[in-house]
Amino acid sequence: MALKTFTLDLDADGLALFTWDMAGTSMNVINLDVMADLETIVTRLETDEAITGAVIASGKQAFSGGADLSMLETALKTYHAGRKMDPVAATEALHSETSRLSKLLRRLETCGKPVACALSGTALGGGFELALACHYRVAADTSGAKFGLPEVKVGLLPGAGGTQRISRILSHQDALQLLMQGRELRARQAKGMGLIDDIVPANALTDVAKAWVRDCKTPTQAWDRKGFKLPGGRVWSPHGAQTFIAANAILRRETALNYPAARMILACVYEGLQVPIDTGLTIESRYFTKAIASPEAAAMIRTLFLSMQELNKGARRPKDVPDRTPKKVGVIGAGFMGCGVAYVTAAAGMETVVLDSDPEALERARAHAERQIADQIGKGRAQPEDKAALLDRLDVTDDYAALEGCDLVIEAVFEDTGIKADVTQSAEAHLSNDAVFASNTSTLPITGLAKASCRPGQFIGIHFFSPVEKMRLVEIILGNGTNDAALATALDYVRAIRKTPIVVNDARGFFTSRVVATYVREGHIMLAEGVPAPMIETAGKLAGMPVGPLALNDEVAVDLAWKILDATRKEMGEDAVDPRQMHILEEMVIKRGRLGRKNQKGFYDYTDTGEKRLWPGLSEISGAQLDPEAVDVDELKRRFLVVQALESARCVSDKVITDVREADVGAILGFGYAPHTGGPLTYIDQMGTATFVTLCKALAERLGPRFQPDVLLEEMAGAGETFYARFAPEKDKAA
Amino acid sequence: MTDCYIYDAVRTPRGRGKADGALHECTALHLAKTALDAIRDRNDLDTGLVDDVVLGCVDPIGEQGGDIARAAVFASGYGDHVPGIQINRFCASGLEAVNFAASRVMAGQYDMAVAGGVESMSRIPMGSSGAALAADPAAALPGYFIPQGIAADLIATKYGFSRDEVDAFAVESQARAKSAWDDGRFEKSVVPVRDINGLTIADRDEHLRETTMQSLGGLNASFAQLSSMAGFDAVAIQAHPEVDVIDHVHHAGNSSGIVDGAAAVLIGTRDAGKAAGLTPRAKIASFATIGSDPALQLTGPVDVTEKLFKRTGMTFGDIDLIEINEAFSSIVLRYMQAFDLDPAVVNVNGGAIAMGHPLGATGAMILGTALDELERSDKETALVTLCVAAGMGAATVIERV
Repeated sequence: MALKTFTLDLDADGLALFTWDMAGTSMNVINLDVMADLETIVTRLETDEAITGAVIASGKQAFSGGADLSMLETALKTYHAGRKMDPVAATEALHSETSRLSKLLRRLETCGKPVACALSGTALGGGFELALACHYRVAADTSGAKFGLPEVKVGLLPGAGGTQRISRILSHQDALQLLMQGRELRARQAKGMGLIDDIVPANALTDVAKAWVRDCKTPTQAWDRKGFKLPGGRVWSPHGAQTFIAANAILRRETALNYPAARMILACVYEGLQVPIDTGLTIESRYFTKAIASPEAAAMIRTLFLSMQELNKGARRPKDVPDRTPKKVGVIGAGFMGCGVAYVTAAAGMETVVLDSDPEALERARAHAERQIADQIGKGRAQPEDKAALLDRLDVTDDYAALEGCDLVIEAVFEDTGIKADVTQSAEAHLSNDAVFASNTSTLPITGLAKASCRPGQFIGIHFFSPVEKMRLVEIILGNGTNDAALATALDYVRAIRKTPIVVNDARGFFTSRVVATYVREGHIMLAEGVPAPMIETAGKLAGMPVGPLALNDEVAVDLAWKILDATRKEMGEDAVDPRQMHILEEMVIKRGRLGRKNQKGFYDYTDTGEKRLWPGLSEISGAQLDPEAVDVDELKRRFLVVQALESARCVSDKVITDVREADVGAILGFGYAPHTGGPLTYIDQMGTATFVTLCKALAERLGPRFQPDVLLEEMAGAGETFYARFAPEKDKAA
Repeated sequence: MTDCYIYDAVRTPRGRGKADGALHECTALHLAKTALDAIRDRNDLDTGLVDDVVLGCVDPIGEQGGDIARAAVFASGYGDHVPGIQINRFCASGLEAVNFAASRVMAGQYDMAVAGGVESMSRIPMGSSGAALAADPAAALPGYFIPQGIAADLIATKYGFSRDEVDAFAVESQARAKSAWDDGRFEKSVVPVRDINGLTIADRDEHLRETTMQSLGGLNASFAQLSSMAGFDAVAIQAHPEVDVIDHVHHAGNSSGIVDGAAAVLIGTRDAGKAAGLTPRAKIASFATIGSDPALQLTGPVDVTEKLFKRTGMTFGDIDLIEINEAFSSIVLRYMQAFDLDPAVVNVNGGAIAMGHPLGATGAMILGTALDELERSDKETALVTLCVAAGMGAATVIERV
């Protein structure tokens, strides 16, 4: 049978070079064609006596990004459709489909002939599992290549032997960390751990692999040889058992058991290491099938892989505007945010001008960039020579004239309309008509700020999250008059700095701030109800939020919450705010000066060493303390997720959100909305809109009108619609 | 239902559970044989009357493995026809061995049995037999597994026992145990462990210490570092989210001692006793077992007492004496707090903090201690209870006849 995705180059001495090079794509992924080809390759190795050994290589820069997740999505659709008719048959069909690669790879490593893997670059997920099933792995010495099994990040586990082979190469502890965190390694780290045998110059890669095959005397894996010992010792050795005992606790601490795949990885390693590898692979396959069929995997694959990828590729970009990636970017205001924005901009290769009237602030901007790049070099993510080049691109100045030639200017000055207006006008005096001016405001409406601009069509919001280097989301806000060219510029810029954009319309709090505020408010209200503060915080984390609402408020600043609430009350009246929240914040900020981490006292007390403990005085400002045994923690968790999902749904009604993918991706990347749910709208969709509406009404009855579902939700519940069906993103409409 | 009586109860002294402990030279089997020999010899018992030997053992592996009760039958020469069975309900195994045997007597299927337990913690370290409960995610996750010391710290935190309170309890346990020994209150039941020549290896508990609040105050909490490193605090807090930070208050001085020892209790019907020429000392009135909150793990005595009282209609007004295993100070403090008990009737002769807790044997040991004390103080009814790993509890009520 002819190969579709590989080419075969057979030496005179019987050495077969299989080069994986899929047509029409820059990245090799494992799809049905690749599986068919692997089947052919393995069968040939098993049966063709003319072949003495093989090298599996890639014709692309990377080796492989792993499985084609849209293939998994299709398999899942078939499964869910089939399950309605015959659940057992559907599960059997899914299991047979999902265990296919694992069986093929086992045949590959036991084919009796040496197989080497030549890793031209990145090998992740199924791609790395293929490499692990080879007897020898050699990687090209290129920067930027990543190796690992990140499946857990999309609710899956490595299903083609990854859990079994990794845990037979590494100690239990190292294997569990790598697998359960989905950590990606640089070539040198992978070699240090023994996951890659060698690193050689790229031009020698294939020759080294071939030479190894020619010299190979024992074409078997270590675990198939007599006398093999697990690197971490037997599971029931004293050390082994301790590792698993701690791993269970750490899993709970890190995930609150919201991620079934993480739990299954631990089970695969625990169970698999007590049996021979063939049995271990069977066990892993069963868990893989279970993981794939889980709602968490469906949710995470869609939001955290497919939607995120689509947004990264410019799903929201106006199609007819040519590339507008800025070459020169100005950043006004060298505060904490400005420094971060300037660094990521310069690091992405753009000429960057940082403008501030304070010379010390400018010095900090440079120092910040130096520290960041040094850190990157230290971690092997950048080369030493990158430092000088980066600093060369970073110009600091107090002169607006230096903005001349900027394609994009981002202001990150104090959140004050007047100051921002001055800055806008001073900058625009030096900008070409084509340049775009952006505000990094997190609270002020863009349409209002644009009034100061002489070209409001070129005015846009680019809202970064703190810390800029780490946070992957950028929220782009369209003012009423913002034009397509400005949007294209903003999106091209965000793409250049390798972050994920969402595009929202202009309204109070935009999307992320508006939704996360409901989480914090719910925490304040619980406090007012007399729920013990530790329960509030732990319930938030159990629900899947990264931190409790009170801790989050401390980070953002309690006085900021107070100011926003006070402003809302003044502008929109008493009914627009919750009096209990007003009371809590007034007691904290006005009466006690507890502003959050910034003055080391908020809902928590902070020590100089950064440790914190809930402020013992909270009971002074909270409601009468409820008996903990009478508090239903599951209800607290539900309130947190529901109140945010409801606000997200309202953002769809208000057309702040026009693409449902952006609500889900934005909520997870922006403020950590329980990632296992796939985001607030997927949370509603998976629960079922009608169930969600019923739940909201019950909560509204008990807790107040903030839980009242809106007209859109009622309508959707009545029609049995989901967000992803009613507001299907463009790609699905076409299909 | 047939009434089940206690005819005798013996225990070995408890040797420190380390390589330098007095009983470290003895196999676990030798300890079990010592208890079985004593039951036979003190009572001039025709072992032909014994239907079964039931022994608790918590780490039944290696020399304690593979049914040590049947091994003890051979070692003691009870006769080939006497079967043996080893059971495991962790720390309550010794008591559950008695309950197991008693239920067969009460059901009319046994006439006489020897029940007890054995553990050589110096030779078979705690945890040696492994546990899916701790390591297998399928059990450890739903079961909120945390090491017991951390569970004891969680109990102290949740129910508000300070370091001073748990230490004070430990000081009192030591003082009571010492005065009980000095007063000869254990002489009736403690049988010396002897070598093959009849020479004494140990005849007195080895674990007792002179302690004061000052001396205990100098000890570091045992579980703080392990707990935060391995995530156990987080597990405890997820199960009991009203707890902000776990207050680690337990240490070697206010926790039960690791020791070696064995115990045996002779039980049977009135008729069987009569046939053997024995006088019953007490009746086994009732018993119960329960599963309780797994993260608190060691509050089972509270739940099982409620269960037992509900079934029997008894109240603490009917109980003269309470013997609760001192696994950790907070366990006893919580028990007394839950039922508002007078400390004067609880563990009057000290407990495992002072004398040690040979896991599989303790239940049978403290049953004997309670029986001796009822007789000494001329009281009627005692309740014996133990907390059990993984969130369980067991309790037995005995009445003098």
